[in-house]
Amino acid sequence: MKLKRNIAVSESGFLFDPTGGESYSLNEIGLEIFNLIRDRKTADEISSQITSEYDVARDDFEKYYFDFVGMLRQYKLLEDEE
Amino acid sequence: MKKQFERPYIKKIRAGIPSKFGMSVHNEPVTHIDNNPVPELIKQFGSPLFVISEKTLRETYAIEKRAFQTRYPRIQLAWSYKTNYLDAVCRVFHQEGSWAEVVSGFEYDKALGNNVPGSQIIFNGPYKTEEELRKAIGNDSFIHIDHFDELYAIISIAQNSDKKPKVAIRVNMDTGVYPMWDRFGFNYENGEAWDALNRISLDNNLELVGLHTHIGTYMLSTDAYKTAMTKLADLAARVEKKHNKSLKYIDIGGGFASGNTLKGAYYQGRDIVPGFDEYAEAITSALINSELNPSKLPLLILETGRALVDDAGFLLGTVIANKRLSDGRRSTIVDTGVNILFTSFWYEHEIHPAKSTSDHLEETTLYGPLCMNIDVIREAVAFPLLRKGDNFVIKRVGAYNMTQWMQFITYRPNIVLIDMEGKAHLVREAENLDSVRGNERIPDHLK
Repeated sequence: MKLKRNIAVSESGFLFDPTGGESYSLNEIGLEIFNLIRDRKTADEISSQITSEYDVARDDFEKYYFDFVGMLRQYKLLEDEE
Repeated sequence: MKKQFERPYIKKIRAGIPSKFGMSVHNEPVTHIDNNPVPELIKQFGSPLFVISEKTLRETYAIEKRAFQTRYPRIQLAWSYKTNYLDAVCRVFHQEGSWAEVVSGFEYDKALGNNVPGSQIIFNGPYKTEEELRKAIGNDSFIHIDHFDELYAIISIAQNSDKKPKVAIRVNMDTGVYPMWDRFGFNYENGEAWDALNRISLDNNLELVGLHTHIGTYMLSTDAYKTAMTKLADLAARVEKKHNKSLKYIDIGGGFASGNTLKGAYYQGRDIVPGFDEYAEAITSALINSELNPSKLPLLILETGRALVDDAGFLLGTVIANKRLSDGRRSTIVDTGVNILFTSFWYEHEIHPAKSTSDHLEETTLYGPLCMNIDVIREAVAFPLLRKGDNFVIKRVGAYNMTQWMQFITYRPNIVLIDMEGKAHLVREAENLDSVRGNERIPDHLK
């Protein structure tokens, strides 16, 4: 899974997609996951990092993670997958 | 210690079209109800759970009473049973001095069961059986006549009875609001009400004691009450003049709005709903300025239901699941369905998380737990990022829900009353299989 290359994101979670001209806002965890995806971390690695940092079980986190990725896909922020 | 987890969230920023509220709002949590932590109540009594605050009931009653008492010397509140006829709720109002206002034989018996003297029960409604009328007459209750068929039924009962029925008529009228409620009672403008009053006044077997109207429900206009009272006082003055009889009371009914927001309304209900003082000013000024003899002013009766009880009721619930709809919209399934929250068909209910959340709100559709398409609690609400198992509180549910709810698909839940000291009492037990099947009978060939 790869994010579109030209997306700009600020430290406060403001995101701009120049392709469609749309802006988005992310919450703290959303921003953290976004940055991990951009760093090409796998779902497993992301899960390990977030569950060690936040009070959430791995199984529990997984469903929120896939929901979040679904929204990135919905907003067309991911590169087309092969 | 690990940080608190909130579900990850991304939201598109829409420029150009401001939300109707102008800016984002923070959804304040409701963590306690009268000093009882919400999760503790749910742990003890289950979810969903209706909670009634006795303190709010009594405080609201005092506010209404003061609003009218300071403007008019003789007032009486009559608790509208249909709004919430839980015995515990009725008894709080009766303890405060309220009479009972009932609209069926069932409600009438409930009032008697709550130790209300027959002479303090007002019997309204379009359908009273002959047996119910006889009982009400025997108990010296006030019968508010709805139509001529009922009037003649009472005349016939009175001819063979040693009791003189105490009757009033319900009057409908044009008060300048739409829709005009003309299905109940006798019309003022076409002279029907005056005809009925003359017919009753000329009958020595009946005692004409009052006049009654109920101009609508969730009335946002106080002017309509002023018009209604002016017309009723006019009728009373005409009775005084023609029949030399002073009516004992004028019952202006209810219909005062609560702070809930009606579906489709632009402004939040709590910002536009008149207070008790404004209703009281409109009603009492019209009565005082009427042609009625000031030395024999009638008792002013109020049948306020919704505005007295709505704020005291809370519905506690739990998030069952979060989902995405096909277009990416968030949907959340909660355990409070339309079967127990009937008023969600009329109101955009205020829903708060039971613990503090971040400032992030997501436009969410809230679905109830029923496998039915109609089970929608809120079509679109800016809702905090709650997770499965999180609790929430729906405010202002005290009116009508605990009477109009349905046994449908799931059982109806527990209801607790939190007393003045903050102690929770179970006042209606949740249903179970036996309570639902109890009245069913299986024919022999299906056993």
